[in-house]
Amino acid sequence: MSNEKYFVPHGTYWPIIGSIGISTLFVGFANQMHDVSWGWPVMVLGFAIIAFMMFGWLGTVVAESVGGMYNSQVDKSFRWGMSWFIFSEVMFFAAFFGALFYARVLSVPWLGGADNNMFTPELWEGFKATWPLLSTPGEVGQSGVAFSTNFKLVDTWGLPAINTALLLTSGVTLTYAHHALRAGHRNALIAWMLATIALGVIFLGFQITEYGHAYHDGLKLTSGIYGSTFYLLTGFHGFHVTVGVIMLTVILYRIQKGHFSMENHFAFEGVAWYWHFVDVVWLGLFIFVYWI
Amino acid sequence: MSSTTTAAAHDDHHHGPEKGLLRWVKTTNHKDIGTLYLWFSFIMLLVGGAFAMGIRSELLQPGLQLFEPQVFNQLTTMHGLIMVFGAIMPAFVGLANWLIPMMVGAPDMALPRMNNWSFWILPFAGAILLSTFFMEGGAPAFGWTFYAPLSTTFAPDSTDFFIFAVHLLGFSSIMGAINIIATVLNMKAPEMRLMDMPLFVWTWLITSFLLIGAMPVLAGAVTMMLTDRNFGTAFFDATGGGDPVMFQHIFWFFGHPEVYIMILPAFGIISHIIPTFARKPLFGYTSMVYATASIAFLSYIVWAHHMFLTGMPVAGELYFMYATMLIAVPTGVKVFNWVATMWKGSMTFETPMLWALSFVFLFTIGGFSGLMLGIAPADIQYHDTYFVVAHFHYVLVTGALWGIIAAVFYWLPKWTGKMYNERLAKIHFWIATISVNITFFPQHFIGLAGMPRRIPDYALQFADFNYISSIGSFAFGLSFILFTYIIVDCIRNGKPAVARPWESAKGLEWTLAAPVAYHTFDEPPTRAEILAESQHS
Amino acid sequence: MKLLLTFTGAISALLGSRAAFAEYTLNMTKGITDISYDIYWLHMMAFWVCVAIGVVVFGAMFYSIFTHRKSKGAKAANFHESTTVEFIWTGIPILILIAMAIPASKTLIDIEVLDKADMTLKVTGIQWKWQYDYPEEGISFVSNLSQSSRDAINASPEKREALNNNEDPYLLSVDNRVVLPVDTTVRFLITSNDVIHNWWVPEFGVKQDANPGFINDAWARPTKIGTYRGQCAELCGKDHGFMPIVVDVVSKEDYALWVESKQAEKIAEAASATKEWTEADLVARGEEVYNANCSGCHQKDGSGIPGVFPAMIGSEVTNGPADYQIGMVLNGLGGMPAFKMLSDTDIASVITYERRSFGNNGSVVQPSDVTSAR
Ligand code: HEA
Ligand code: HEA
Ligand code: HEC
Ligand code: CUA
Ligand SMILES: [Cu+2]
Repeated sequence: MSNEKYFVPHGTYWPIIGSIGISTLFVGFANQMHDVSWGWPVMVLGFAIIAFMMFGWLGTVVAESVGGMYNSQVDKSFRWGMSWFIFSEVMFFAAFFGALFYARVLSVPWLGGADNNMFTPELWEGFKATWPLLSTPGEVGQSGVAFSTNFKLVDTWGLPAINTALLLTSGVTLTYAHHALRAGHRNALIAWMLATIALGVIFLGFQITEYGHAYHDGLKLTSGIYGSTFYLLTGFHGFHVTVGVIMLTVILYRIQKGHFSMENHFAFEGVAWYWHFVDVVWLGLFIFVYWI
Repeated sequence: MSSTTTAAAHDDHHHGPEKGLLRWVKTTNHKDIGTLYLWFSFIMLLVGGAFAMGIRSELLQPGLQLFEPQVFNQLTTMHGLIMVFGAIMPAFVGLANWLIPMMVGAPDMALPRMNNWSFWILPFAGAILLSTFFMEGGAPAFGWTFYAPLSTTFAPDSTDFFIFAVHLLGFSSIMGAINIIATVLNMKAPEMRLMDMPLFVWTWLITSFLLIGAMPVLAGAVTMMLTDRNFGTAFFDATGGGDPVMFQHIFWFFGHPEVYIMILPAFGIISHIIPTFARKPLFGYTSMVYATASIAFLSYIVWAHHMFLTGMPVAGELYFMYATMLIAVPTGVKVFNWVATMWKGSMTFETPMLWALSFVFLFTIGGFSGLMLGIAPADIQYHDTYFVVAHFHYVLVTGALWGIIAAVFYWLPKWTGKMYNERLAKIHFWIATISVNITFFPQHFIGLAGMPRRIPDYALQFADFNYISSIGSFAFGLSFILFTYIIVDCIRNGKPAVARPWESAKGLEWTLAAPVAYHTFDEPPTRAEILAESQHS
Repeated sequence: MKLLLTFTGAISALLGSRAAFAEYTLNMTKGITDISYDIYWLHMMAFWVCVAIGVVVFGAMFYSIFTHRKSKGAKAANFHESTTVEFIWTGIPILILIAMAIPASKTLIDIEVLDKADMTLKVTGIQWKWQYDYPEEGISFVSNLSQSSRDAINASPEKREALNNNEDPYLLSVDNRVVLPVDTTVRFLITSNDVIHNWWVPEFGVKQDANPGFINDAWARPTKIGTYRGQCAELCGKDHGFMPIVVDVVSKEDYALWVESKQAEKIAEAASATKEWTEADLVARGEEVYNANCSGCHQKDGSGIPGVFPAMIGSEVTNGPADYQIGMVLNGLGGMPAFKMLSDTDIASVITYERRSFGNNGSVVQPSDVTSAR
């Protein structure tokens, strides 16, 4: 490490640009949902600003890192930062898993009259509390609102199982890539990285295919609580995989630029942690959403 | 000594702040960012306070005088949101920015650029939130707790802007918390051990874990709201197999830790001030640390005490009642330790000490009413009445806000290098402490007598006490004009302060010159320096 | 505990006598059911425990503040740790809390457990009124804030006081009261049609959320004849402050009479729905129904609230086909509640009123139209 002092950067414009970008994105999105004509373009603009900020900000960081301005203490700050960021992501998913468990274990049985809800079924005559919830209270009861639950379940041992295998394998290939990096085997490193990215992309492709099938079979966002939890959990996961693939690609690019040394490659490790996190979330999904 | 002006490791050396307004936009300096946070939160306090004045003016007398009911609900909602997310939380983050690096002997925060971002998201989030007032259908009017389905099926379009504002606020808090964890654990002087850290640092470290655990869950809650409102999901809609009460579980899983997020740093502040003016080391440092950690842990497992009347099965009610009551134990330990610190001390009563003593007294009263609320059967009569409003203003205003004001007076000489006007500050203290009690104490009675909260108009038997409460609140509101004057006067005309204006104040921050140099602790303090400034020696 | 009870008695006697000559009360009601007494007892017990702890803690603090001050020449000691002391003040509060938790748990279980109820009352919260159904008696009605209170909201203080002197207290009066027999165990089934409300009658010790899509139950056995007033206790939108609850607890005989008269009313109402009404009669009746049930949202003058509640003036619905509007009022739509529980005559008249007033030009709707639309 070339610098013994902790690196404190100069003033920077990137954060304020980021704030403007996110706000633009959100304002555009909110307007878009209320059918305001300029919603879309503003959203796209916001997105572009964020992308610009990401390039600029991360570019600066990369330059500083390559320029040897970070000492091992800075490296450690990044590690703390990345790990607690991932923890916050875990808690975000926990909210949705919580909703899933709550619905399965508590609210759906309650709607069917479990526990201290013995009078609730008066409202929903004919409702059967099952999981997956194949027909919602609104459909069978008198209420006007109908969530369209006329759907076929996704087959656990079809695409989801294949996807599980893909993601688990990608975790392994990434670990091999890490070993290769530490051993200084550049070609192996690039090969393993390519494999990981490819697995991620195939996963995403299958996921999209699966959504297509599910949608065709009637499972929609509007299919009551089952559809809600199904799509939000898998959707946010898919979004994280997408981000992960993009990050892996950037890392691959930086590998080719020769940014990483055998000892010093935190960016690689951070992305690897993230990828493993996405992996673990998928296991949870596979077990609780698709399987049992 | 490390107290002299030296630059941290920049590639160029020895420079101070940039000139002009852009300094504040671009800054990565923890002191600048701390200042930004503090001013922002102060402005938000005035805005939220102005809403409170609106509420109290409408409630001055029975009948509707000033606001339509819908507008009144908007005021209540915005008052709660702005005070919690705009005033109290940013103020504590501001204090953390200013103080933590100086207290642990670090050159700056661990991730200075991200630190800038944490702050600069806030004004945007605040602007989006406040802009909802001008939208068709008006601002959100469903309370700061935004229970579904009032906030989903039955809410105005502006709710989606509110949702995004909450996303932004959460994002800012999470980044802030990550930064604080990294700073405390990675940047503290190599010679400083965990059990050497001052309590403000400890309480903030623990608060950060609360933030990182709770804020993402809030983000999840508003995201589900967003999809329920716009994309046809059924999380909170029984006709689709969801449950409106599920919203409350998710919200309070965030919401209860949130209230401790707003009090733990104040506990830390009080633990600095009382030893200083009692001229005696803090009693029971170790147990203070453990008590804080226990409170934080318990705060994750008591959330449903806000939901005793939702129709939970009785086993759930019993469990949440017991867990809630347990929190009184570690909180009690803190109170007892503060009293034991005063015991056989040699006390003087400068302004920060007055605020700290007022805190101990009034917060404990708020804690007592909290304990009463925690008794599930009794909560049947308390829930959603002004008794609850009285409870949480005692813990939030005379707790969290008092802690912040105490901190401002205590460290102002360090920040500005000037002394405030002690006489005026004492007058201000007494006006505030008396009027705040006139405002909130009668609310206990109104609540017990049966007045529900969140209503713009009330039955005549509640009139007298509401009148008193409103008058008190106007006096309390005016006291902030004096407060503003004292601060501005200190910055402009204050007499120069010495490095350690309180004779027996301990802490590394006091080893630095006043006003503090732009960059501090280029060289980390030595073990001897750390021990000399430790809270328990 | 004995001592506590005596204390409790003393303070409540004190407060009670105050309340006799002052209009306000300082303390929680004792109520008129066993449960409400228990709750009151728990409340006072917790209060005195807090007072006692407060006396000790604040006593020590103020003693220290007054004696251990520098200006009195106090020299600071240097003790700052004692594991024994920490154990003591962790342990004692735990014991106190256990002592408090035992009676609290008992009451909580008493509240939850109900073997057999003598009768059932179904309570449904609707923005911003209560619907009451007596399933066994076949009675059902809607209870709104009384017109006299409504008129006084924007009136002079004297007007509001006059209401209170009239036994028609401001904001705590309704058009249709709940009637219950004394010394009878009533099970309340509480639910909602739209948002969460909360049905609260302090004297019964009953406060229970009304969740849409779920039915919560609660119970009470009122022991004293009288009129008991409560309010909605969960923010439910604009007029959350204006949906009171009034319960008349009457003797069993009076209750039987009331049930009879209500049932007779229902038969008369059904008969009236079969006849042809004149437009003028429908509009006159419709205005009353409108002001009680609809004006909260669509406003008395039909102007609505932009962005939240559509105006009746010049609306496409009130000037369009009648069938659509009948369906909409019967079944609701989005933020608009369903009004199935109103009688056919009421619905026909309110719809006619909306279609023929506010400068609108829709057709007249007869009760029979509504009957066939159901
Ligand atoms: C800083 C914020 C803060 C703090 C610290 C607390 C502290 C506590 N709160 Fe409070 N609370 C709020 C903010 C806070 N609260 C808010 C904002 C709401 C309303 C939200 C809304 O609905 O809008 C609320 C509502 C609320 C409710 C729900 C009421 C209802 O809606 O029906 C309950 C119920 O249990 C409760 C309990 C408690 C308890 C037991 C504590 C305990 O932590 C208190 C512990 C302290 C003491 C007990 C005093 C000191 C101790 C001793 C001297 C030791 C000896 C004492 C004994 C053994 C008794 N609070
Ligand atoms: C977090 C901290 C916090 C703080 C500091 C406060 C501060 C105050 N609150 Fe707040 N309050 C909440 C948090 C807070 N509140 C929450 C969470 C709710 C629940 C919301 C909900 O139900 O959803 C609530 C609800 C609430 C209610 C109940 C409303 C209702 O149920 O309908 C009331 C009523 O009296 C009230 C009053 C006040 C007053 C008088 C102050 C005062 O302390 C304010 C003092 C400050 C000022 C006055 C500003 C400074 C001065 C000026 C701007 C210049 C002078 C101006 C004039 C005199 C006009 N608050
Ligand atoms: C809780 C508030 C509320 C009450 C009370 C209420 N309404 Fe409505 N009403 C609404 C809302 C919200 C809509 C808009 C529904 C939509 O289009 O999604 C509406 C729409 C209507 C419309 C259609 C108007 C249009 O232009 O779309 C009619 C007609 C109507 N209501 C009649 C009534 C009648 C008759 C009553 C009383 C018996 C009544 N409403 C009571 C909230 C209410
Ligand atoms: Cu109904 Cu509040
Ligand atoms: Cu709580």
